[in-house]
Amino acid sequence: MSRIEAKFQELRESGRTALIPYVTAGDPDPDLTVPLMHAMVEAGADLIELGVPFSDPMADGPVIQAASERALAHHVNLRRVLEMVRLFRTRDDRTPVVLMGYLNPIEVMGYDCFAAEAAAAGVDGALIVDLPPEEADGLLPRLRERGLDLVFLMAPTTTEARMEKICAAASGFVYYVSLRGVTGAANLDVSEVAEKVAAIRRHTDLPIGVGFGIKDAESAARVGEVADAVVVGSALVRRIAENLERRDAIVPAITSLLGEMRGALDGA
Amino acid sequence: MTDPVRPLAGAMPDERGHFGEFGGMFVSETLMEPLEELIAAWEAAREDPAFQAEFDRDLAHFVGRPSPLYFAERWSRQLGGARIWLKREDLNHTGAHKINNTVGQALLARRMGKRRVIAETGAGQHGVATATVAARLGMECVVYMGEEDIRRQAINVYRMRLLGAEVVPVTSGSRTLKDALNEAMRDWVTNVDSTFYIIGTVAGPHPYPAMVRDFQAIIGREAKAQMQEQAGRLPDALIACVGGGSNAMGLFYPFLDDEQVGIYGVEAAGDGLETGRHAAPLCAGRPGVLHGNRTYLMEDEDGQIIETHSISAGLDYPGVGPEHAWLKEIGRARYESVTDEEALAAFHDLTRTEGIMPALESSHALAFARRLAPTLPADQILLVNLSGRGDKDIHTVAAREGIQF
Repeated sequence: MSRIEAKFQELRESGRTALIPYVTAGDPDPDLTVPLMHAMVEAGADLIELGVPFSDPMADGPVIQAASERALAHHVNLRRVLEMVRLFRTRDDRTPVVLMGYLNPIEVMGYDCFAAEAAAAGVDGALIVDLPPEEADGLLPRLRERGLDLVFLMAPTTTEARMEKICAAASGFVYYVSLRGVTGAANLDVSEVAEKVAAIRRHTDLPIGVGFGIKDAESAARVGEVADAVVVGSALVRRIAENLERRDAIVPAITSLLGEMRGALDGA
Repeated sequence: MTDPVRPLAGAMPDERGHFGEFGGMFVSETLMEPLEELIAAWEAAREDPAFQAEFDRDLAHFVGRPSPLYFAERWSRQLGGARIWLKREDLNHTGAHKINNTVGQALLARRMGKRRVIAETGAGQHGVATATVAARLGMECVVYMGEEDIRRQAINVYRMRLLGAEVVPVTSGSRTLKDALNEAMRDWVTNVDSTFYIIGTVAGPHPYPAMVRDFQAIIGREAKAQMQEQAGRLPDALIACVGGGSNAMGLFYPFLDDEQVGIYGVEAAGDGLETGRHAAPLCAGRPGVLHGNRTYLMEDEDGQIIETHSISAGLDYPGVGPEHAWLKEIGRARYESVTDEEALAAFHDLTRTEGIMPALESSHALAFARRLAPTLPADQILLVNLSGRGDKDIHTVAAREGIQF
């Protein structure tokens, strides 16, 4: 059983909703990423989405774009991100790690090489924003061979016919983008989310995560009522941006927000 | 090299927008269904005689087509060698080929019931062409432009504002054309229900590369008929500058199956390919995925997109249309490059000998003709796409020569 499958099974048995934080690897500097990952797990994260920096993050809002630029200033490339996961795994063999990013750095590394090295580093899956299932024929089987999941997105514009196609290609979990827009946008409509999540459930038994626009304990709790997992990214990354001058404050700023979300999700 | 199917025209793209291994639809899920809707609307419009008639009417009476085909007799004689003919896209309304495409896409936007159009622009030519058609059709228009380009192209910015467009400065990344494209994509993903994204070149996700090519193919269709009429035969070679590559695709496409006609695309070598400061992905880049399609890119060893350099803002782009990548791969077209210096020399040449001031983009095509013509006999014909006029570049040329106004 994969780490992702095991984690969701454990959560289902205890009746809890998964909390999935996103941070960009190497933001604000490469040395902080692995300690931050461990601290997030201690604060209640069930799975970590680790962003691979890219020069042209078209699907991201200004907060995560800036994070990518900070990481790229330290020359954080895909190989270094894999090194970070390898280091994380020396102390944590249970928390799934999913890489999130854009296709081009993987194209350059080569699909076979990426699949092999990601699996060896202890990565559990990849979420590639600009790779819809129609273009995934090359990468998907190579990831599968290595036991890695390819996590696909669905959006408010996704039709039932596309849901069918996407769910057929997906493994691990699926990710519903809760709004029309980029990461960190503000127009979250929970009743629309509930409707769409119900529609997706008709097409798959995989866990359904919801992200984009979740910024605090309250929005996390509301989304948590309809989803199996709640993904929070920009709200955390903003806390990094706010504390660039006080590096010591970054980890506590992030873990305190995650702690509030964990409490709200668990109904504390 | 793969053995290409014949005929080439109409063979590509496949139904998912692939030109061989290039092209495709590499976008976030939110845009997949809107792109499917666009494909359906475009396919229906293409088959609809009423839509085609309206497009043709606008090209004739609003754009001013057909654009003339002009024999640059004095310049040809001066260079000694092949005769150079110019397709005068610089004489179109708004001064470049860009308007052919914006007229077409705006009509399609109206047909789809969209009231708001957005565009990215580098030099401002596509932004102006979009603002122009939006003004005419009474549509809301937002143009994304890199902060650096806004500084370099103040007159075009003011022109767009006069036409009623909102020009939004883009401050992310390198603050140039590629970042403007990123920002336009972000707008589109946010306002996808109300908004039509008018992409200015033969790049982006399917159906844009094919659709923009089809709107621009009027250039090649006219030129082919005009060559027959005025010279009594087809040219021996076509030459066009390639940034994203829409003026080049527009000229090349109707000639793809005329095997006796050579095809040259000319990229911007900037300070020289060897300096790394250039914008020539086909000559010096490698395949990757950016802005919704797989194509040749300027990127570093990690797959990060690198900054480009060209004296011509319209060629300052790290990617290129996927159909050019395919034509390179199958060997049907050759891609060359010329430096800033060579382009400037051609700019002056044509201005002084023919009384035609070309855009710096088009000057790259002219510079290659200037290199090639003297190596060929006088009975050969080179057809150069003079894609735009040079008025917008006067400040750039003057600054380069140390002249202050």
